Amino acid sequence: MSEGAIDLQALTKRYGAHAAVSEVSMRVPEGSCLALLGHNGAGKTTLMKLMLGLTRASAGSIAVLGADPGSAGLDFRRRIGFLPENVAFHEEISGLETLRFYARLKKEPLEVCGVLLERVGLTHAAERRVKTYSKGMRQRLGLAQALIGRPRLLLLDEPTTGLDPVLRQEFFRIIQELEAAGATVVLSSHILTELEARTDLIAIMKRGRLVVLGDLDTLRREADLPVRIRVTVSGETAVIAERLGDLVRKRSGEHSLELTCALPDKMAVLGRITALGRAVADIDIELPSLDDVYLRFGHDPEDVS
Amino acid sequence: MSATMIIAGKEVRDAFRNRWVLGATLLLAGLAFVLAFLGSAPTGALDVKPLAVTVVSLASLTIFLVPLIALLLAFDAIVGDVERGTMLLLLTYPVTKTNVVVGKFLGHSAVLAFATVVGYGGAGLAISLGQGADGQSGQAFAWLLASSVLLGMVFLAVAYLISVLVRERGTAAGLAVGVWLFFVVLYDMGLLGLLVAAQDRVGAGVFPYLLLANPTDVYRVFNLTAFENVRTFSGLAGLSGTVSFSPAVLLTVLVAWIVLPLAVAAAVFGRREL
Repeated sequence: MSEGAIDLQALTKRYGAHAAVSEVSMRVPEGSCLALLGHNGAGKTTLMKLMLGLTRASAGSIAVLGADPGSAGLDFRRRIGFLPENVAFHEEISGLETLRFYARLKKEPLEVCGVLLERVGLTHAAERRVKTYSKGMRQRLGLAQALIGRPRLLLLDEPTTGLDPVLRQEFFRIIQELEAAGATVVLSSHILTELEARTDLIAIMKRGRLVVLGDLDTLRREADLPVRIRVTVSGETAVIAERLGDLVRKRSGEHSLELTCALPDKMAVLGRITALGRAVADIDIELPSLDDVYLRFGHDPEDVS
Repeated sequence: MSATMIIAGKEVRDAFRNRWVLGATLLLAGLAFVLAFLGSAPTGALDVKPLAVTVVSLASLTIFLVPLIALLLAFDAIVGDVERGTMLLLLTYPVTKTNVVVGKFLGHSAVLAFATVVGYGGAGLAISLGQGADGQSGQAFAWLLASSVLLGMVFLAVAYLISVLVRERGTAAGLAVGVWLFFVVLYDMGLLGLLVAAQDRVGAGVFPYLLLANPTDVYRVFNLTAFENVRTFSGLAGLSGTVSFSPAVLLTVLVAWIVLPLAVAAAVFGRREL
């Protein structure tokens, strides 16, 4: 974990006057998984293109696997796997032929193609033309080509779109295997909940800027969102409400109170509630959800989508 | 195998798969056979004409058809892949943009060469077998095949240049048709008009050089003047007196017409960011 797989310093990419990526600095340790989150147009895809060397930075510096992707040799590309958003293939050739073409370009033995198709569950459709593939099958074929040659770095742009929940689980299992083997994974998404706790690092972007970077706990802390506690009382509701004082946000029913408190105060508040003894029948604690965290950081009121 | 050749091989396979090869070959073969066997229909006789005559009529046909096939084959070679999104993925592989342009170009050239050689060659073979052909006519026919492939490659290279310059397939298609009209139809009409209008004011020596600026004219002059027995049928005996370019010069000009647009296309594409 010592070497940084990705090192960005004040990285900026402008298209004309518009800054798609603006002064982004981050460091992703080797062997970890980074999730890039943000609204459409937040700069996730541009950031990936910069990491791939498809576009060059307007300012700042970028190092990926110890090299500048804009000027790195072809050997650099052999160590990278990429799954573009809305991956497209030539329609008239079969899935297997598609993979063989890409394996040839990476100078990998063609036998890996069958293995990879098996791994993404496409063996049954290997000989069929890509034309006949569903969205999910194309996505799986896209993942298979990204895995050719055991890349040290995988860049996956919106990888789980079009996958059903079972495939999504399978997808994250493959990612975890790769991570266990020491590969660094960067994936982008605009849905935070689907990532759950599967990533080491989460970076939320908003209009080209990096708003927050850290693991889920850090994000929760920095979001500073209130913890919601619902207390079901067995005694007199008004009396209990008075004893809890300013914590009470509202009485949501005959025997139910809703409280909020800051995350660091959670234990102290729980102590006060349990001190009430038998007057409290039940406690429900609701931590801020990932969606709440995301909305707090990444929501762009101008983003109509 | 180099990345260029892998990409070329894929382009050839794709062309066979989507029936481009079949279509182009059948079209060229069909027209060549029609010209060879029915060319004398207006005279009432239905027989195989001498090979040398076929060279003249095939050369005229080629000027219209082969550039069109080449432009249609390749106008979306780059812009189409960029639009579909396949180019983005390809360029994350260990290939340079020059690999991509040259590889795809070589693949398309192979497709065009196959269609030309099989399509025209079949007709040439049939004439030789049916009629017999003298050595010089056979040689002229062989050069017709070779120069037709070169002419096709010229317009493939131009199509690649179009394909890297525009952002949308539709624009590329429109430009391709425009380029075809310009070189195949308008240029010669313009030249003729200029010739009439200029009378003797412009030195007659300029016009042969203006022919070199149009690859279809270079091809025409090459095929109609390079061989004595073809010349007698082509009605260009007079022209060959004033146009004094050797076949080697004409072929060199054709090759330059391939290399230059392709080099510019590779340079433009190389500087482009996706």
